[in-house]
Amino acid sequence: MDKPVNNRAWWLVAPVFAIVAFSAIIPIMTVVNYSVQDTFGNNQFFWNGLGWFQELLDPSTELGGRFFDALWRNLLFSGIILAIQVPLGILVALSMPRDGWRVAATLVLMALPLLIPWNVVGTIWQVFARADIGLLGYGLNALGIPYNYTGDTLSAWITIVVMDVWHWTSLVALLCYAGLKSIPDAYYQAARIDGASRWAVFTTIQLPKMKRVLLIAVLLRFMDSFMIYTEPFVLTGGGPGNATTFLSIDLVKLALGQFDLGKAAAMSLVYNLIVLALCWVFYTVMTHSGSERPEQGSAA
Amino acid sequence: MSPNTRGGAFIMALYLIFLMLPIYWLVNMSLKTNFEINTTVSLWPQAITFEHYIKIFTDSSWYSGYINSLTYVVLNTIISISLALPAAYAFSRYSFVGDKHLFFWLLSNRMAPPAVFALPFFNLYSAIGLFDTPWAVALAHCLFNVPLAVWILEGFMSGVPREIDETAAIDGYSFPRFFVKIFMPLIASGIGVAAFFCFMFSWVELLLARTLTATNAKPIAVTMTRTVSAAGMDWGLLAAAGVLTIIPGALVIWFVRNYIAKGFALGRV
Repeated sequence: MDKPVNNRAWWLVAPVFAIVAFSAIIPIMTVVNYSVQDTFGNNQFFWNGLGWFQELLDPSTELGGRFFDALWRNLLFSGIILAIQVPLGILVALSMPRDGWRVAATLVLMALPLLIPWNVVGTIWQVFARADIGLLGYGLNALGIPYNYTGDTLSAWITIVVMDVWHWTSLVALLCYAGLKSIPDAYYQAARIDGASRWAVFTTIQLPKMKRVLLIAVLLRFMDSFMIYTEPFVLTGGGPGNATTFLSIDLVKLALGQFDLGKAAAMSLVYNLIVLALCWVFYTVMTHSGSERPEQGSAA
Repeated sequence: MSPNTRGGAFIMALYLIFLMLPIYWLVNMSLKTNFEINTTVSLWPQAITFEHYIKIFTDSSWYSGYINSLTYVVLNTIISISLALPAAYAFSRYSFVGDKHLFFWLLSNRMAPPAVFALPFFNLYSAIGLFDTPWAVALAHCLFNVPLAVWILEGFMSGVPREIDETAAIDGYSFPRFFVKIFMPLIASGIGVAAFFCFMFSWVELLLARTLTATNAKPIAVTMTRTVSAAGMDWGLLAAAGVLTIIPGALVIWFVRNYIAKGFALGRV
């Protein structure tokens, strides 16, 4: 990069640094503090060293088993989400109308689920999927397909996955659409002259141009599905049993439900470290793929 | 743009139907009486009723929820954008000690699970006396909105040629005057997009908003949990409240519709 070195730029960054530090570092220090202590209540704490961490990372203990169950469940969920939303999002982006009023109308309708409060997303799907009052639940049962998301694990998972696809596929689609719009028409004309097939146009022109936005899409979707809380909490409350208890739901149960501060704090730190490590991997890949193509970053 | 296939319109129609069906059902429910909801499943209300909407607009414990939510969302958007503007400029124009690490650290806060912060935020904002005020939620949401705003604005600012800064300096503009008079109008669409995203993520978040408020600043999302009563769920009222939470989002989307696609690419296409 040819940006001039100027350390006085720190003054411009200082307010952001201050507010994010206030919101991130002080709370994390509280968490670190709790994570090495145990309590018998009455605000009396005593030193517990790394005890909670040992228990958490050992799958044979109750706490560790619970943590790893939630972790695998969450990884499985994030994997399914990405496997569905990324191809579907690309497909939807490729199907966007080309111009006219239909583009604006389609964009507005597509973006609508993204602006609905997350608990309302849960409510919408609760109302939609219930076997007694919901169109989906009632309809499926009327067709003779056994479906009950509050009692049956498979139904609950399918409902949550479909809900998330409903909620977030538009984000992937809009990102891909922005990538597609940046392709000059000349590329397509050249492809037409060369007699390139639809598939060849996709793999050699469209997909490479979408690479950067797709990385952002995968990053955002992975991270957000990895910390999903509100929607499944409203829809299933983590049930049936623990079948849809993802990491954040488990953590809130532990911290605010049972008030097991030491265990919850240790879990918070490990959870946060996993997120940080994954975030670093994505960030490295992203900045790396950006530096290969110096014309990137030109906007407006 | 892309050479559209003939199946495109069909796929898009299917996708939009899939998106609209659950929303249609919610609207349908909100216009039915609870008796009808519990006794029959019908595709449209047999007797349209506005009783649920009337209840929300006349009961202050209901409509104050909307006011509280909008208060902290607007506060958060203003704080996030005004702090992020100079920082994004610094990131897009200069390199300085620790800039890459700082940028990553900021970004990592956008990715941090709110569940991790719920309990410590509760302690922190209780200790400084902001608990149960809109300020607590507005400041807490800065955790993920400020980094996001910096990220988006940096993308848009990097698209403005540096020669403009230099020309303005030669013409005798002071930095603040240059920034407000010349630079900000150039990235106006970027500011709009960043504000849209701050609004969006603050509006849809529930976990922190719920943890940091009790009675005075209770957001609408929490008020909605009150529809469970001894007599069972008040589905009609819940659905009506849900429909009303969709409207502000729909309005905001309408205003930024021409920038949506670009904004979702965070200014980096």
